Amino acid sequence: MASDAIADIKATFFQECEEQLAELEAGLLALEGGDADLETINAIFRAVHSIKGGAGAFHLDDLVRFAHAYETSLDNLRAGRISATPAGTRVMLRAADMLADLVRAARDGGAADIARGEAIIEELVALGGGPEDPGLDEGDGMDGLDFMPVQVSFDSDSLDGGEATAGDPSAPRYVIQFKPKPGLYAKANEAGLLLRELARLGEASVRCDVSEVPLLPDLDPEGAYLSWTIVLRGDVDEAAIREVFEFVADDCDLDIRREDEAPPAPAAAQSGDPDILSLLKKLEAEVQNQRGEAVERTPGQPSPVGLQTIDRQPAAEKSTKAEAGKTTAGAAAASGQTTIRVDIDRVDRLVDLIGELVINQAMLAQRVAEAGLGRGSAVATGLDELERLTREIQDSVMAIRAQPVKPVFQRMSRIVREVAEITGKSVHLVTDGESTEVDKTVIERLADPLTHMIRNAIDHGIEEPAKRIAAGKPGEGVVRLSALHRSGRIVIEVADDGAGINRARVREIAARKGLVSADAVLSDDEIDNLIFAPGFSTAETVSNISGRGVGMDVVKRSIQALGGRISISSRPGAGSTFTMSLPLTLAVLDGMVVSVAGQTLVLPLTAIVETLQPSETDLHAFGTSGQVILVRKALTPLIDVGLRLGFRTSPADSLSCVVILVESEGGGRSALLVDAIQDQRQIVVKSLEGNYGHVPGIAAATILGDGRVALILDVDTLVAARQANALEQSQAA
Amino acid sequence: MSQTQSTEAEPRKVVAFRIGNQEFCVDIMSVREIRTWTPATPLPRSPDFVRGVINLRGFVLPIIDLAARFGFPPAEPTAQNVIIVTQIGQRTVGLLVDAVSDILTVTDDLVQPTPDIASDRAAAFVRGVFVIEGRMISFVALEGVVPSAEREAA
Repeated sequence: MASDAIADIKATFFQECEEQLAELEAGLLALEGGDADLETINAIFRAVHSIKGGAGAFHLDDLVRFAHAYETSLDNLRAGRISATPAGTRVMLRAADMLADLVRAARDGGAADIARGEAIIEELVALGGGPEDPGLDEGDGMDGLDFMPVQVSFDSDSLDGGEATAGDPSAPRYVIQFKPKPGLYAKANEAGLLLRELARLGEASVRCDVSEVPLLPDLDPEGAYLSWTIVLRGDVDEAAIREVFEFVADDCDLDIRREDEAPPAPAAAQSGDPDILSLLKKLEAEVQNQRGEAVERTPGQPSPVGLQTIDRQPAAEKSTKAEAGKTTAGAAAASGQTTIRVDIDRVDRLVDLIGELVINQAMLAQRVAEAGLGRGSAVATGLDELERLTREIQDSVMAIRAQPVKPVFQRMSRIVREVAEITGKSVHLVTDGESTEVDKTVIERLADPLTHMIRNAIDHGIEEPAKRIAAGKPGEGVVRLSALHRSGRIVIEVADDGAGINRARVREIAARKGLVSADAVLSDDEIDNLIFAPGFSTAETVSNISGRGVGMDVVKRSIQALGGRISISSRPGAGSTFTMSLPLTLAVLDGMVVSVAGQTLVLPLTAIVETLQPSETDLHAFGTSGQVILVRKALTPLIDVGLRLGFRTSPADSLSCVVILVESEGGGRSALLVDAIQDQRQIVVKSLEGNYGHVPGIAAATILGDGRVALILDVDTLVAARQANALEQSQAA
Repeated sequence: MSQTQSTEAEPRKVVAFRIGNQEFCVDIMSVREIRTWTPATPLPRSPDFVRGVINLRGFVLPIIDLAARFGFPPAEPTAQNVIIVTQIGQRTVGLLVDAVSDILTVTDDLVQPTPDIASDRAAAFVRGVFVIEGRMISFVALEGVVPSAEREAA
């Protein structure tokens, strides 16, 4: 049970880490964009600090070490000791990437690239600024990173045994002087806990130096007046002692000395009066309480020192005021953030239930119509009301699942940085429409294809800086990632201003790989679309960026699996644009209900261009069994849906049927022959694959008003000629 | 097939059903419900034993005609036929049978190996037979009923 609870807390921690990382990256990007106000930097700092704090609690040491170094650097930035130069921001961004890697490594149990982390830490240190408050810091170089384990000698001869009075006389004896600075408390550390931790290492005697505590009127509640001298006897090395102070090394004066190396510090000689000690403990507790109150006070709680009081008292300490300011800011943030964390399974269950509600409502409507109740009857009116409500509920539930594409776009900026670094190209990512919302599932499944396209755009699209300048373009390439809603779908574009598709080369490669015959007559558009063909990869050599054996065909397939389409347009010298059009949700779609050979089928409305009644003069036989139809002066292949799906064995009478002109992948058009059009409505998509398996030509199923299952046609596989063969084969099998 | 029968002769309950004049059974633990036949929506280009799909309270349930699967003439389902909704691995599948006849308690030591009738297609889907009250009942190995190729395709 306990371990479950820990696992739960840990899971929450990692969830929060993801949020913090997103916050961090957003802040850094704002910083990069020149929007470097103090609140941004504070947010960045808070994000790293929270991750460090949580990681410390779970003993994720690599993460803590890195986060700590990062935090130090950010603190310098915050304090204005270093300024946000573009180069500096890039280092910070890389550090954020590294931090994300470390978080994921800690979560998934993998190993992060520690060497890279060390390199980044060095870069961070190189940014300058030094540790906080350098004037006071005597413990320079102890920023928690440069641990040099001290060789401990157990040779008892070298010990001045005479001084030892208790415990194991051969154990080393350390005198530790520990003087916290206000910053230590401000970062929510507590001296008492550190002392307790220290006492665990061995036999410790602690003395508190109270000489600096001022009289109460002069006491700054945020101040730090106490210092401690600890005499530690135990079989420990210095590194272990320093580790106790790892988090606070920058916020205290720390001096660790082995007894045999130096004479006892004078402070150790100072005798501690037990009465005074206990008194001071109380005092310290009081100070802590006061601090706690200032930070944690909730608006409703009566407080002796209200914010207004502070406002009216200009004499109040600056630090207190700052703290109070932070409190109001925190409270504002808390009231603005009215989100709750909900398990996605619960939302999905709700989506399922709504789906059933929609179906039931449709069934009820049909029953009412069958019962001969007129549209004006009270029942029908009530039913209309119900329908309106149902749809409203459905929209609201779908909206719960809808999320802005921002997180995915943010991830892409990292990809751009990494790939640009590897290829030595200079690339800038411009994003647009980050707040465009789409179903969570769509977002999740968008990341991989987008990553691939971005990589391709930089690796194959953007030219080397020298080449670009020679072509009269700025040396820095631009990759533009944009999202927008268009007619009930989300359209995502990945555009680069690179060289465009090298059609001659694409053609040559396609011919070499047997994808097209060498003498085929191809339009530019057709050549461009060859890059989507399976097994096509234009990479000259297999680089570690793109060209891992998966190509644009995989991208295309994953987009198709989402019910989307992808197309490319390219202008030589001006760049390429990939355009993806995706449904907003995978759970519902607008469909046209048609009947074919006694079966009810649904065609996704997005695929339909127009419907028409064929006339005899437009129909032409082609080959032995093929038929084409003249639609707007274009000869279009006519597909008998009933025949192709095997619902009938002899062709239907085309003239008594309806032709539906559909657009398939790559913009090709085909005409589908169906018996009749029944209806057009929103349907709830039900997967067939969970319980059965994939059926060629069928995308999914839905449940109609009469309670029966209707199949949703997969237009692209239905019309693709090669798929027709596959269909026939599967029948023969 | 699951040969995890313990050496202990633990009694277990099975649902017995009829196809034609033969009796079969499946473990009651894999049966989720039994319902009457409703017309199924045929799936294009599917094997002859797949009757299609029906709506099971909002879920799409594939129906397998066990008679056709075992090599008997395909069923001509009427309202008297029943669908045994079973859980096979991760999937829920409806089995079309003529009628459910009984719920029996059997112990594994009663189950005999399938008689060696190599030519019979049904034998491939039976993991054992037993005789109870003079009736011979074949224990259906559900995992084999859904074609493995389709299971992989999912």
